[in-house]
Amino acid sequence: MVGLISALILIPLAGAIALYIGQPKNARTVALIFNALSAFYALLLWQKFDATAPGLQIAERHAWIPSIGAEYLVGVDGLSLLLVLLTSLVFPFAFCAQRLERGACALMLVMQAALYGTFTAQNFVLWFLFYEMSLIPAFLLIKIYGGENRDFAAVKFFIYTFFGSVAMLLAFLGIYFAKGTFDFATLAGLGKSGLLTGNLKWFAFAGIFLGLAVKVPLFPFHTWLPDAYQTAPTGVSMVLTGGLSKMGVYGFIRLLVPLFPNEIKIAGPWLLALVVCSIVFAPLAAWAQRDLKRMVAYLSINHLGYCLLGLFAITARSTSSLIDTQAALSGVFLQIFNHGITAAALFYFVGLLEQRRGLRGIDDFGGLMQRTPLLCGWMSVAMFSSLGLPGLNGFIGEFLIFKGSFAVAASVTAIAVLGLLFTAVTFMRAMQSLFGGPLVESCSGFSDLIRSEKLVIVPVTLLMFAIGILPQFIFNIFNATVTHMARLFA
Amino acid sequence: MNSWITSNVWLIPAAPILAALLILAFGKAARRAAAPFAVIGQLTALTMSIFAFVPTLHSHGFRSVQNFTWFTFGEQTLRIGFVLDPLAAAMLIMIALVGLCIFVFSIGYMAEDKNFSRFFAYLSFFSGAMLGVVIANSLLLLFVFWELVGLASYLLIGFWIERPSAAAAAKKAFITTRIGDMGFFLGILWLYHRSGTLLFYDGGRGCLESVGLLALGASATFIALLIFCGAAGKSGQFPLHVWLPDAMEGPTPVSALIHAATMVAAGVFLVARVYPIFLVGAINGVTPSLTVVVWIGVATGLMAALIAVAQFDIKRILAYSTVSQLGLMMVSLGVGGVAAGIMHLLAHGFFKALLFLGAGSVIHGCHHEQDIRKMGGLRRLMPVTFSTYAIGMMALSGVPFFFSGGWTKEEILHATSQWPRSHIPYYLMLVGVFLTALYMTRQIIFVFFGNRRAASEHVHESPGVMTIPLIVLAVCAILFSVVLTPAWPWLENYLTGYPARFDPHLLIQPMIIVSLALVGAGVSLGIWMYRRAAGSDPIQQAQPALFRFLENKMWIDEIYDRTVIALAAIAARFSDWMDRYVWDGLVRGVGAIGHFLARLTTGADERVINAGVDEGTVGAHGFGRLMSRRHSGQIQTYLGAIALGMLALVLLYAWLG
Repeated sequence: MVGLISALILIPLAGAIALYIGQPKNARTVALIFNALSAFYALLLWQKFDATAPGLQIAERHAWIPSIGAEYLVGVDGLSLLLVLLTSLVFPFAFCAQRLERGACALMLVMQAALYGTFTAQNFVLWFLFYEMSLIPAFLLIKIYGGENRDFAAVKFFIYTFFGSVAMLLAFLGIYFAKGTFDFATLAGLGKSGLLTGNLKWFAFAGIFLGLAVKVPLFPFHTWLPDAYQTAPTGVSMVLTGGLSKMGVYGFIRLLVPLFPNEIKIAGPWLLALVVCSIVFAPLAAWAQRDLKRMVAYLSINHLGYCLLGLFAITARSTSSLIDTQAALSGVFLQIFNHGITAAALFYFVGLLEQRRGLRGIDDFGGLMQRTPLLCGWMSVAMFSSLGLPGLNGFIGEFLIFKGSFAVAASVTAIAVLGLLFTAVTFMRAMQSLFGGPLVESCSGFSDLIRSEKLVIVPVTLLMFAIGILPQFIFNIFNATVTHMARLFA
Repeated sequence: MNSWITSNVWLIPAAPILAALLILAFGKAARRAAAPFAVIGQLTALTMSIFAFVPTLHSHGFRSVQNFTWFTFGEQTLRIGFVLDPLAAAMLIMIALVGLCIFVFSIGYMAEDKNFSRFFAYLSFFSGAMLGVVIANSLLLLFVFWELVGLASYLLIGFWIERPSAAAAAKKAFITTRIGDMGFFLGILWLYHRSGTLLFYDGGRGCLESVGLLALGASATFIALLIFCGAAGKSGQFPLHVWLPDAMEGPTPVSALIHAATMVAAGVFLVARVYPIFLVGAINGVTPSLTVVVWIGVATGLMAALIAVAQFDIKRILAYSTVSQLGLMMVSLGVGGVAAGIMHLLAHGFFKALLFLGAGSVIHGCHHEQDIRKMGGLRRLMPVTFSTYAIGMMALSGVPFFFSGGWTKEEILHATSQWPRSHIPYYLMLVGVFLTALYMTRQIIFVFFGNRRAASEHVHESPGVMTIPLIVLAVCAILFSVVLTPAWPWLENYLTGYPARFDPHLLIQPMIIVSLALVGAGVSLGIWMYRRAAGSDPIQQAQPALFRFLENKMWIDEIYDRTVIALAAIAARFSDWMDRYVWDGLVRGVGAIGHFLARLTTGADERVINAGVDEGTVGAHGFGRLMSRRHSGQIQTYLGAIALGMLALVLLYAWLG
């Protein structure tokens, strides 16, 4: 009998195999059917999940390679469940964004399975397997189906992230040889008293940090991202930002912080400095971009920076109170989810513009409000969500993060607020030149949102409003986990 | 009904917002229903506001609070709530009533617009958001509505987004106010950190109540100043005032809404609402934060009044008069005259809406001409507009006795003259009052008196749907005086929570004489100076350099363009450059080193290792060739070789023996 989580991981894989063997004409439809099935399982998981219990739930444990401490252990807590739900949401959204070829659909499904695995695995070997498994389809999707400059971007993406992964693997081997276990929970328990000694602990810390910092990405390890996101097909950009980038943040929360609580306190000021650079320089760079996709890509770096700001602020200082820790952690969790849907939606809209125009430079459009008011309206909602307008999802997460980080790192937070301003400036400029002014000749034949596009965008937007106005249902998923982790970190 | 509404006060902003959503949901199909929906929404809000107003009259210092949990994070709860007190109730009525007049006026003004229904949706949303600001009982909830007000103003200023200037003005408004809002946001975070709650009133534990205020300590000054950043942005205080005159790019009813009832009122209201934070540690009512408020207000008031003297756009003059009046209100709050400031805000709401709608009526009549030099002699052609406009002008100038603005201005001057710190603000305010009378006289002479000029041909009075709101607002601008007089300072006492008593001896205050003299001087000088001005300005001819300085708004926009904005643009390009060439350069550099190493090893492979192997293989090959030659397949050779070998072996054995 296959457990619920295993089934969740296997369904997309089965879909990929079905696409490979069956060679169906309409690959996207098949992929979406499998997506519906995995979404159903994810909802089932949510329904079975006991929101009041802090620890691991619905776990499955099987012996795998006992000689190296590897076992098949999957399970969910609030954070994992949140990310599983996000994955189940982002993938169908991405499939709807454009008609991908059969091979691309299969690769996307493999990536989806890898993401489910990454977010549920509780043993390093298994986790790392899934973590790397997501890399290869992403590489191939960019390399085969990408746009201009795809070979370079794909290789850069692969080598950069793989380099990070190797550093992380070496670090974990070091930990394994010292402690003899790969189990997350056991390692986290050992973390307080110090996993390793001497220089080795700093090598291990640096290795894991590097691997995750590249993945998120954190300034200055981010330069693979604009190239990769820009080149990838719309749907792939959506899952890269909505799914893959979350693996890095997840890793920080699940691995680095629990395993190295003391080291983070020492390295804290440096980490916060990098985060602030992410938050301030990324939207400034976004402002300077002419390519809309590149612009959204840079803003993604900024938004993930907020996640790390909250996380590092509360863990870098021992003075943070329980309420601030809980605020920041809740904010980080919410921000992970929010960024997943909002950034994906932004890429979706850029994709719609690109489909209509064939180009996606910010100067290739103008006066769209006269021709496609609905498209402009709904796209504005996504933009306002991204710039943190109250009433939409982005605001609450950012408020809680800032609330938590202000208490312990006021000056850092004060600088980080500039990021909110620059994000607004970037979007305002984009809206002005896309929607405003006289209608540009080349845009005069555009069609407004068609029914199938509305069917995709309306539910996603409603979700943004729901989280922005009545967010309790999202908090319920992870409140117990937040409480538990806050005690652990404080 | 009354008690029901005090416990469901959230319904007041909900009504217009619901109307907005309904209009948007029906889209273009709702064109005919849009205006009725919006008006009904606003009328509902007004009715409920009146019902909410009634209980606040019964007991002095009335305050009704409903707090509830917005959400729970971890084990913590975030609570927000709504409050109904005299300050909120007075603001509710003003916003709802002025808003309603503007809505009705818009039916006529926007009749031809192709996005008629969208316009009404935005208007309703704007009004709803502003109503939300005044009843919020949590700084966070206030900020939520505050930002929605900002959004609505963005949408409405940029309503004619196809005009590049409108799109630019909308962007400017959003970004400029957001700069202030970032300060406000930090203030919220700081306040939350210190006091542990963002609720204003919470049965003694709120952040405006004794326990919360005590927790602030010395940080209160900074928190207050950060909050004031937000107020300065929204209420167009120097140096963040630059968006407000550009906001004229929106349709005129929007200008009326922004300048009277909604957007700019929010900043003044905010300072009044969180006034206890400004007062923490006050000696004689003076604190560092309030002193900053006073000086910013003075600078704003005087600067804007000076600029207004040299403008030719009918709406721009009014815009700068708004900035100037807001400065006046801030001064009033800063020197301790909270009630006076709010009274002036309320009075200003009526007469400024009246003036803007009057200007809209003029612009509508003059076929969208806005230059006052091209108008003239309109008083006979547009009698209703003229007479109501004149009332608005006198209220704004502060003509005493009959007009609301006169009484409130007198109150403000009185409060300012009592400020213990310095008398300079008071004297500068007197200059401001004089200038206001001057530029309003100038405007009214240019537009309504003199000979008809280019734009005055084919002018017609506006339809009833536009003039009736003007009349209503004009009546309000006059009747409102009744509750403002020093003889029966009902509104002031209502706001401060004391019972009012009628005392006719107090009617004539010394300040009213000062006020009267200044306004009289301003109006007389205006009449004398501009009486023969036909299409040109006498100051322009006498002092061209000074006039150009003022006409160009003291070049503040240009200075910003060349400093802050240029710097930000450079920072953006620099970030991009750093990314492309430094950070990515490092990555590529590492890549290049890797590539170089790879080439090196390849070279080493080919020249050394591979070459060695090659040598070996060549040797083996030659040896093999050599050997293969021996395998010739000829029996005689083999036999010969065998014979030779045998001979050699025999010889060997023999020799070794």
